[in-house]
Amino acid sequence: MAELTYREAVARGIAQEMQRDPDVVFLGEDIGKAGGVFKSTVGLYEQFGPSRVRDTPISEQAILGAAMGAAMTGLKPIAEIMFSDFIAVCFDYLANHYSKSRYMTAGQVSCPLVVRTANGGGLRFGAQHSQSVENWCMMIPGLKVVAPSTPADVVGLMAAAVRDPDPVIFFEHKSLYAMKGEVPDGEIVDKLGAAKIVRPGKDATVLALALMVPRALAAAEILKAEHGIDCEVIDVRSLVPLDTRTILSSVSRTSRVFTVEENPRLCGWGAELVSIIADEVFYDLDGPPVRITTPHIPLPAAESLEDAAMPSVDRITETIARRLK
Amino acid sequence: MATKSRRSKATPADDISEEVRLRMYRLQVELRECEQRAYDLFLQNLVKGTSHLSLGQEAVAAGFAAAMEPGDLTFCTYRGHAHTLARGVSMEKVLGELMGRDNGLLRGKGGSMHLTAIDHGVMGSYAIVGAHIPIACGAAWRAQYKGAKDVSVCFFGDGATNIGSFHEGLNLAVIWKLPVVFVCENNLYMEYTPIGEVTAVKAPAAGRAAAYGLEAITIDGQDADAVYRSAKAAYDRARSGGGPSLIECQTYRYSGHSRADPAKYRPEGELDFWKGERDPLRIYRHRLLKLGIDESVLVEIEDVVRQRVHEATELCRVAPAPAAELLTTDVYADGGSAWRN
Repeated sequence: MAELTYREAVARGIAQEMQRDPDVVFLGEDIGKAGGVFKSTVGLYEQFGPSRVRDTPISEQAILGAAMGAAMTGLKPIAEIMFSDFIAVCFDYLANHYSKSRYMTAGQVSCPLVVRTANGGGLRFGAQHSQSVENWCMMIPGLKVVAPSTPADVVGLMAAAVRDPDPVIFFEHKSLYAMKGEVPDGEIVDKLGAAKIVRPGKDATVLALALMVPRALAAAEILKAEHGIDCEVIDVRSLVPLDTRTILSSVSRTSRVFTVEENPRLCGWGAELVSIIADEVFYDLDGPPVRITTPHIPLPAAESLEDAAMPSVDRITETIARRLK
Repeated sequence: MATKSRRSKATPADDISEEVRLRMYRLQVELRECEQRAYDLFLQNLVKGTSHLSLGQEAVAAGFAAAMEPGDLTFCTYRGHAHTLARGVSMEKVLGELMGRDNGLLRGKGGSMHLTAIDHGVMGSYAIVGAHIPIACGAAWRAQYKGAKDVSVCFFGDGATNIGSFHEGLNLAVIWKLPVVFVCENNLYMEYTPIGEVTAVKAPAAGRAAAYGLEAITIDGQDADAVYRSAKAAYDRARSGGGPSLIECQTYRYSGHSRADPAKYRPEGELDFWKGERDPLRIYRHRLLKLGIDESVLVEIEDVVRQRVHEATELCRVAPAPAAELLTTDVYADGGSAWRN
């Protein structure tokens, strides 16, 4: 067991898979010699060399397009999009190609690749470098979408994503890169589509993702200490495939559910979860499902404004306490 | 304009074997007859949706395909029937797909714009303009990384030269020295608008070559021999580690952009000119006769192709529609569409 930062876990996860399989290659902007703008890929270039760790120009379409061409002919590329906001300039590949080529060709084409990207707010980068865009990918049939919240999950889910035969969009949270956590020694392979109960409880289910997981956990401790409310916190981890079994059985037990979402309000991942819950376990509920989200606004840059926009420990605590009163 | 016609004029006329020439003639006849049949079936309401025909552009598809090795990879656009057939995919599978039948190449799930036959090296027909240019680079990157000798050949129209992925793909191919050949089929119109009205340089592809350190190559896309020679040279260069080439083929499409387009924007006489002295089949037939090939050989090729088109059409007419079960297959690699447990 070693203590690693989330950013070190990214490099470790990639290295583990590149060591295992020579067909795993890695491409992106400043990922090689520079070690990544978030320093999350330090050492890979030195370890695996320029033919496997390829620095690219600022050409997001070329990065994602080349990853597809390599994947459909036998490699297993990992492509980095530096900030998840930039997915907007190469969204064609996610929306039209990775996701549809297998279906349109009656199963002839496979795209076993991973797109990893720094997602989310909290670093005062403003509206075009801070968004949570996992829901952009969740809505497209054919993609898989994961978002780890701990260093151990980064390594394990990275391995699962690289080994998966479908295209996986891997959302790292840029405010978690400095977070430390225990990571077991040796090879770690997790599985996609498994949510995790990270704090058992009996009064309410709190569904959270990425940076919202530690915030939901902190809120749960305050709710227990100050209000006597015992929350079960679930780290959703994987939006596609979605572990509805774990989520629905928890909601049926606790009878109340809150989502904690960093994305703006409309069409956030929590809306889909709430609709599934309403459809399938409505009569187990003792009250309405509640979504705690960023308002339907672009994210502002100033510290005070960004903090007010994103769901905070205080807002999560206050909302749950008020709605359960 | 720094473009020039490379190789075709300097090369002696007998550098291409009779066997290859007859193959290219047969291919062009196949593409013409099959594409014409697709149009007829559309008029009979047996082909639905849209289709983008290559009538008039046969020499490009035939010449590039004839010069390929079996393992080489074709990436083409929604105007991809000809390139798919040119790699040896059966007419029945192509027409069946256009007609939405279960015997189609994609069992009706893709349609005219997405013809793909991995087992024939047809790596897809891409309906988002320019998107396949970086994808072809990725396939070439794999060949380079694995030490494989195949070449990725990427066909696109003149209109694609004004989209970002063209420029991103070309730059990447050059800096990584990838074994990829970019082929611009300049048929003079992007969709309804003449390409010259919307492009900063006169030759939409060749005029951009210098920006990427590539030689500006324009060739007569109506002459299968010129196409073949240019293709061979580019493939050799790619295979020997010399990096990418960009070839602009001057050609013309006889029909509109898609089935919805009657092509009324063309000046009077233009179509007649191209269908007349510039017709690739007419040019090639004349050349073969001049080279001493007996006309009966050509007539036999034409008869056999027409018979095959007829047989393929009849097979498709009676083929069943795809079953409803196909609706939810092959979304994910497990063969299904499940997104939750």
